[in-house]
Amino acid sequence: MLDVINVSYDTQIPNNVGLSSDKKVLKALEKWHPGYIDWWNKLIPQNFQESLVYLRTAVSVDPKGWAKFDYVKMPEYRWGVLLAPQVEDRRIPCGEHAGEPAWQEVPGEYRNMLKRLIVIQGDTEPASVEQQRLLALMAPSLYDMRNLFQVNVEEGRHLWAMVYLLHKYFGRDGREEADDLLRRQSGSEEAPRMLGAFNEETPDWLSFFMFTYFTDRDGKMQLESLAQSGFDPLSRTCRFMLTEEAHHMFVGETGVGRTIQRTCEVMKENGIEDPCDTDRIRALGVIDLPLIQKKLNLHYTLSLDLFGQEVSTNAANAFNAGIKGRYQEIRLTDDHKLTGDTYTVWDIVDGKVVQKEVPALTAINMRLRDDYTRDAAGGVGRWNKIIEKAGIDFELKLPHEAFHRKIGVFADKLIDPEGRFITGAEYDEGMKEWLPSHADGDYIQSLMKPVYEPGKYASWIAPPKVGIDNKPGDFEYVKLHMA
Amino acid sequence: MTEKMIDFQTDPSRYRHWRVEYDGPVATLYMDVDEDGGLFEGYQLKLNSYDLGVDIELSDIIQRMRFEHPEVKVVVMRSGKDNVFCAGANIRMLGGAAHSHKVNFCKFTNETRNTYEAAEADSGQKYIAAIKGSCAGGGYELALACNYIMLTDDSTSSVALPEVPLLAVLPGTGGLTRVTDKRQMRRDRADVFCAMEEGIRGKRAKEWKLVDEVVPNSRFDETVAERAREFAAASPRPDDATGIALTPLKREIGADAVTYSTVEVELDRKGRKATITVKGPEGDAPGDMEAFVAQGAEAWMLRAARELDDAILHLRLNEMELGLWVIRTEGDPAQVVAHEALLLANRDHWLANEVLQLWKRMLKRVDVTSRSLVALVEHGSCFAGALAELLFAVDRSYMMEDEFEGDNRPMATVTLSESNFGQYPMGNGLSRIATRFIGDEASVEAARATIGEVLEAEAADELGLVTYILDDIDWEDEIRIFMEERASFSPDALTGMEANLRFAGPETMETRIFGRLTAWQNWIFNRPNAVGPDGALQRYGSGVRGDYNLERV
Ligand SMILES: [Fe+2]
Ligand SMILES: [Fe+2]
Repeated sequence: MLDVINVSYDTQIPNNVGLSSDKKVLKALEKWHPGYIDWWNKLIPQNFQESLVYLRTAVSVDPKGWAKFDYVKMPEYRWGVLLAPQVEDRRIPCGEHAGEPAWQEVPGEYRNMLKRLIVIQGDTEPASVEQQRLLALMAPSLYDMRNLFQVNVEEGRHLWAMVYLLHKYFGRDGREEADDLLRRQSGSEEAPRMLGAFNEETPDWLSFFMFTYFTDRDGKMQLESLAQSGFDPLSRTCRFMLTEEAHHMFVGETGVGRTIQRTCEVMKENGIEDPCDTDRIRALGVIDLPLIQKKLNLHYTLSLDLFGQEVSTNAANAFNAGIKGRYQEIRLTDDHKLTGDTYTVWDIVDGKVVQKEVPALTAINMRLRDDYTRDAAGGVGRWNKIIEKAGIDFELKLPHEAFHRKIGVFADKLIDPEGRFITGAEYDEGMKEWLPSHADGDYIQSLMKPVYEPGKYASWIAPPKVGIDNKPGDFEYVKLHMA
Repeated sequence: MTEKMIDFQTDPSRYRHWRVEYDGPVATLYMDVDEDGGLFEGYQLKLNSYDLGVDIELSDIIQRMRFEHPEVKVVVMRSGKDNVFCAGANIRMLGGAAHSHKVNFCKFTNETRNTYEAAEADSGQKYIAAIKGSCAGGGYELALACNYIMLTDDSTSSVALPEVPLLAVLPGTGGLTRVTDKRQMRRDRADVFCAMEEGIRGKRAKEWKLVDEVVPNSRFDETVAERAREFAAASPRPDDATGIALTPLKREIGADAVTYSTVEVELDRKGRKATITVKGPEGDAPGDMEAFVAQGAEAWMLRAARELDDAILHLRLNEMELGLWVIRTEGDPAQVVAHEALLLANRDHWLANEVLQLWKRMLKRVDVTSRSLVALVEHGSCFAGALAELLFAVDRSYMMEDEFEGDNRPMATVTLSESNFGQYPMGNGLSRIATRFIGDEASVEAARATIGEVLEAEAADELGLVTYILDDIDWEDEIRIFMEERASFSPDALTGMEANLRFAGPETMETRIFGRLTAWQNWIFNRPNAVGPDGALQRYGSGVRGDYNLERV
């Protein structure tokens, strides 16, 4: 167990920010750390806390140090504070200060804006751990359980990264915000997490895979835009977080892919051609493809809501201030100011879903969302390859962005997955096909039986092609502590 | 933006932005602004932001709360939306509005805030703000005007006055004044608070006196309900009174006139003046309060006040170029005194009190109206009691002296009642007579000694109750010359001059709001840093910040 009272911040907290000589941050972290450990200990069931998990730890930012694999008990995980190496003479990439040297200290005029962005990002990191806290109890394999815990500890480290920025650069306000990041709880009535999607429970593993594929990808896009920040410490922090985030999306993509793989195999083995022959498919203990489409619809649309309103003042302000850039800002070839430029967004005009031009500055969110959609489409294509290879006639699709929305111009409108306005009756009828029903949820839940034997997998999911850290198929990724 | 006529009359069947749930002594007032329900084109009322239309409904609700729901002792104001209490005045509306509209909008919203703020002291109706979600700018000013502020402690909900850092304007609906004068926040902390965008939440909001109570989120509704019950139990309002219906005003709007049952407004666009004639009671005063209640909204004292109130608002917003209001009365002064006397004798009757309070508010509207005001005390007029108060609200008054040829109306007189000595105080807390004779107690006492006496021109002049008395020979010419001269002056200079001269005497929170705060706000509303093409208001939402002229003025 980590000795919270006598933490040696240079050995136990891997960092490249000179933590042990930064009195101000040390003092703040010493106060915050016990609350964090307490949060972690109360969160995940005790027997998992005591188990040895084969985890990757980042101990430094160089290629040799950022992925050290070993067995570790999660509460003893070394949550580090690691920033990508400083780029010499880095410049503010966008907005009215484009071309000026990047800020190494917080510019006073943007202090609040920066703080708000960091707090919102920081709030999502522990939130997903909270949402996923009970999943290990129904893990389909030790391999998957290990991946879940890897994602969890890294989200914990991401929280550390944001807390470090708050402690280092935002004084008393920053310390208070850092405390509140531990005070809010996903789904809590008392103090819920800031964004709606992070207050929903993750009830099963398919939801977890969908979440890591779609919702973590929103996180990735937010990090991408913060990685372009003119505030250099934020940019460096986010650049390093992105390396970890890639793994989370890998867990999601391969998780859904392996589920699809298993369904296709079982259909073939049993001579089922029609992917919609749900009863027969479900009787065989695998998840039918139409249900996977429904889950996809749900998680994709919830994630779109995280990008906010179509036309956003806050996003415009942040871009113009140089606090937040576009996806891969430095590779774009325009003037990085967007004055006078326009961007095409969806809107409703005279009862129809149409495209229109708006000032590009206020459409920053939408541009990022479009980049997100392109990024998300990649994995969907690879999933379809699996189906195609199996010779089954079915294609997964991303629904139209107007479908099933709670935020923006399409919020609560009667629109189908193709983006067409429909009647209330058609909507009610269609929803049975488009989104998972409670009965679908019951079915998935019925499959969620834990499989804790090394090398074994639940009925509904195929084993991975390669092991983590190239370990063999029967590797014991988690040495369970059974009290 | 003012082409369309703005109507201040509405009723619950037409509300789009608020709803009220009545539960015995506690009413819950939900702000749930319809995004697409803006008064004008060109903006959406997102996040419970408001425009004049939203405020007109609020004003109607608080008026009805007083008259139609005497049983209500506590009003809980809260949001009908998740995550936001109220985002304040709509910025795009402000950015697109003419200067004159902004000024009038602020004035009306200030009057509305003052009205429900005073409801506790005036009639035992207490407003509680129950804040969940963000409560910024005009949103927090709505809460500040409540008598008790409760904030949930969900680690996200906050109160803020971000106008200065965000919009380059002031929290001008009483915000700057109430944090110091009412909440008694220390001025250095107020400086910190008013210069931060994100506001203050949780325990510190209480520590800094921004709210009265911070409540754990899970117990918020319960605690609000508990507080409402406690306050209701402590209210002096009657339990068993039944309200009266505020029936629609009888009003006809013509091209050159607006006609009510007791008020006639003639519009002289060429002469840039409006003549407002108030007609005294048609018959005897009701014998007692029971009879008065039976008359309800038809009772002259109530009807006249409501009609005058509407006429003032109508002229302010819809007839901005009519810079001079000529105020006349017609009727029997003895009847006016008698109708008022019934209410004065029954001040502790809830309805008598409400009607007198309405007169007080309506007369205050006159005080802060940016028009030159002149009263003509003609033969056949009835400047008595409550109507005599108009004489002391105007900038000047002219009174007919002696008989006029071919005019057989009763001689022009003025009659004071006890009400002129404190029943209808101005925003400065003094009666209009006391303000008129500031520092001259003897003149106040001399006037008081004439209560009930019918004063003809010479006596009124001697007591200093009118500006000039004029006989048949001079009357017409003098009045004409005065009006022509007035019409030739700069409307801005006149507004400034009049607003200064009207409020002699002490400052109160109210005079500070209408004088200091609004005057500075109106100045800022004219400055490029806020409203210029590169100013913060215009640029708000574009992502580009205001480009400021850095010279301090
Ligand atoms: Fe993360
Ligand atoms: Fe993640």
